[in-house]
Amino acid sequence: MRRIVIAALSGGLFGAGLLVSGMTDTTKVQGWLDIFGAWDPTLAFVLGGAILPMLLAWNMTTRRAESLAGTPFPAKPDPRLGHNLVIGSVLFGAGWGLVGLCPGPAIASLSWGGTGGVTFLLAMIAGMLVAQPIRVQIDRLATI
Amino acid sequence: MIPIDWIWGLVGGLMIGTAAAIFLLGNGRIMGASGLIGGLVDRTGLSNWQERVAFLAALVVVPALMLPLFSVEVSTNITSNLGIVIAGGLLVGIGTRLANGCTSGHGVCGISRFSLRGIVATVFYLLAGGIAMVLFRHVLGVI
Repeated sequence: MRRIVIAALSGGLFGAGLLVSGMTDTTKVQGWLDIFGAWDPTLAFVLGGAILPMLLAWNMTTRRAESLAGTPFPAKPDPRLGHNLVIGSVLFGAGWGLVGLCPGPAIASLSWGGTGGVTFLLAMIAGMLVAQPIRVQIDRLATI
Repeated sequence: MIPIDWIWGLVGGLMIGTAAAIFLLGNGRIMGASGLIGGLVDRTGLSNWQERVAFLAALVVVPALMLPLFSVEVSTNITSNLGIVIAGGLLVGIGTRLANGCTSGHGVCGISRFSLRGIVATVFYLLAGGIAMVLFRHVLGVI
């Protein structure tokens, strides 16, 4: 029960932050990515502002044995980068630029995003469903 | 940019980072939007589905409840070209699963722990987003 309450608190604050910061507005995101247009630096303040509390939080994890829920803290990921990290990030960035929504804001704006927002979310879910077969194909090509 | 926009960006950013800190210190989990929904979609994360559903439900409901607080109409200003919307959604879905993370997981949570994977992912999705803007807005003129 405690884990569910904490998850809801976090999700709610995340959604509020996305709305307040302007990240659910595709023109602000595309304005940041479009360095040859009317460049909008807002996203840098959002990312910078978000990293600050997390610097503290990661630091606190080094002085605690486990989370409030009694679960271990996430281990440092495998430092190897791998082709899927790069290929996936390039595909994600291209889609992010095309529409101006990343997964968090796409979910947060569901109630006011209209047909376009719902369509984007359904397409994103479809993409997530086909990602695993695509990963298998990429891995097969990479070993040739 | 209206001068006040960066202040709201910073305030919203601090809220996003605090949300990620609550999830990390509270549940011992990385707050990554694509991973939280993706684990439900491809059924790889069903072992803690309650946590995921609670997070995603609050992510939809809380901003919806906040809408009346805004004096201007809130809009995503998303393009009306559904072909572009579908292409973008597919790319975001496939890409974030292949890369195991998006702006929140790799960007916010990864960079703040100086993870090389998070930093490299962020460099590549920012570059790809910038190139997409040049190509599709300035060269092809479709967005």
